[in-house]
Amino acid sequence: MGMTITEKILARAAGKRVIGPGDNVWVEVDILLTHDVCGPGTIGVFQREFGAAAKVWDPLKVVIIPDHYVFTQDEKAHRNIDSLRYFVDQQKLPYFYDPGTSRYKGVCHVALPEAGHVRPGEVIFGTDSHTCTHGALGAFATGIGNTDAGFIMGTGKLLIKVPKTMRFRVNGSVPPYIMGKDIILKIIGDIGFDGASYFAMEFTGEAIRQLSIEERMTICNMAIEAGGKNGIIEPDEKTFDYVRARTSLPFNAVYGDVDAPVDSERTYDASTLEPCVAEPHVPSHYALARERNDVKLDRAYIGSCTGGKITDFIAAARVLKGHQVTIPTFLVPATVEVAEALIKTEIDGTSLVEIFAVAGCEDIAPPSCAACLGGPPDTYGRTSGNEAVISTTNRNFPGRMGSKLSRIYLASPLTVAASAIRGHITDPREFM
Amino acid sequence: MKTIRGAVYVVQDDIDTDQIIPAQYLNLVPTIPEEYVKLGSYALCGLPDGYPPFVKPGATKADYTIIVGGRNFGCGSSREHAPVCLGAAGVNAVVAESYARIFFRNAVATGELYPFETAIRLCTIFKTGDVAEIDVNGAQLTNLTSNQSYSLKDLGAVAPVVEAGGIFAYARKAGIIK
Ligand code: SF4
Repeated sequence: MGMTITEKILARAAGKRVIGPGDNVWVEVDILLTHDVCGPGTIGVFQREFGAAAKVWDPLKVVIIPDHYVFTQDEKAHRNIDSLRYFVDQQKLPYFYDPGTSRYKGVCHVALPEAGHVRPGEVIFGTDSHTCTHGALGAFATGIGNTDAGFIMGTGKLLIKVPKTMRFRVNGSVPPYIMGKDIILKIIGDIGFDGASYFAMEFTGEAIRQLSIEERMTICNMAIEAGGKNGIIEPDEKTFDYVRARTSLPFNAVYGDVDAPVDSERTYDASTLEPCVAEPHVPSHYALARERNDVKLDRAYIGSCTGGKITDFIAAARVLKGHQVTIPTFLVPATVEVAEALIKTEIDGTSLVEIFAVAGCEDIAPPSCAACLGGPPDTYGRTSGNEAVISTTNRNFPGRMGSKLSRIYLASPLTVAASAIRGHITDPREFM
Repeated sequence: MKTIRGAVYVVQDDIDTDQIIPAQYLNLVPTIPEEYVKLGSYALCGLPDGYPPFVKPGATKADYTIIVGGRNFGCGSSREHAPVCLGAAGVNAVVAESYARIFFRNAVATGELYPFETAIRLCTIFKTGDVAEIDVNGAQLTNLTSNQSYSLKDLGAVAPVVEAGGIFAYARKAGIIK
């Protein structure tokens, strides 16, 4: 009997020929990712359990990317980043992307693949639930807590349960007004906010193949919003081009067997999808954008690991070009690389930066998680009252962007841009 | 027989980690003892208005030992601050219809609390302030206020990890680490 891509990656990492869903296996870890919010606690666990002088299992496999609370006056946030610096220095870790230096990158899930740390067939754990993003490059990637991460730091191993696979086949060609965000919000709307709890979510089909790596990342990023353990897409030439441009390290791509049994399979036709939103306060509250024109908005937000990639800003700029926003529109590129690309990328001879400025958006903020998760009170773009926000981020829980009273509508960058122009939820086809 | 006994706090479905511990308090590091205590004082302060305060203003611990919830408890982020703040506030067990995977795992790995599952929708039966007792090995929950008993699901494969006191103790016992 065949194995799925998720099972095959885990089997290899466990040193076993065959494994199946439900098996508990010790896997060897290829990359451990942490950031400023969970890094200090992970280090705390590591030192408590292995001793103050203990060394991490492999300095080349620990990647530390501060991104959450970077541009704040909060003293503890600064102390936490300082404690990472101290640890990195003591352990001689080469992959630390220190804020305030030229190595600073920004949001970890966009930075990790950018820096070549995500390779097909590998096993990645991160102290952040959106670590599932990296399945977009054919890796097994999932989020863990500080205690498990501290364990990995000391041993390079983790005991995990092999998940069953739910397969999502997206056929047809992707219309220009549909983005990865619309596809994943549709799927979450169908299966529910906990519809994939404990499952691997495997995305396949010709529509998925058509998508860029960044768009595939948007889909895998939100696997956790259906409770998924990991999201995964088999690698192809696009994957290899992306990875080879960023690392010279070798890797072994893994593919699922055609006869691998899966727990369930759902089929979609991308050409019939429509631009959508997820209404407050859970990502599974699916609604068509064109049926929610009555929802008045107070602000728009484009950013985060879900919707702050260069492809997201290009999409927003396509809609905004030649128009004016009527509500405050916040732009937070995920990483420094994205921020630089905003200057270099042009649409019909005009740079994205200029398009956004002419459209009346707020000044572009420095890369970080910013208001995607509220954060300290001085966080850029954080809500403070009962604002209605349309956002390219991934979560619309009460208080997620700061204030418990604010209402967050999740949408694609195309839909966010169209809505920013009108001041109410708007289908981007009105501008395309 | 291990028992957990105390007052119950009732929540509904989809209690996410931002409601359990809002992001602005994630600057606190769980392994620093004073900050562990502080995290407890903020436990569940992100619940929507309408819930009674879980921890009284000025207190560091809750008056509740058991949380009864609905479906998908602990969904959202992987922040270990979530089970930690509940444990720090004095919670010994959560009883819910289902959990988000990472919260469940973190609860077990840290040994902060027992994440019991139940097939019964207890969040519509229990009231905040009821007093209850859990027979941990017998997987039984008794509402001492109403004198009703309910069976809980066996902790199954994670039981040995919880019993050992978390992932480190378990791995040491199994000889995986020294
Ligand atoms: S951008 Fe938002 S979702 Fe992504 S890592 Fe940062 S806080 Fe988490």
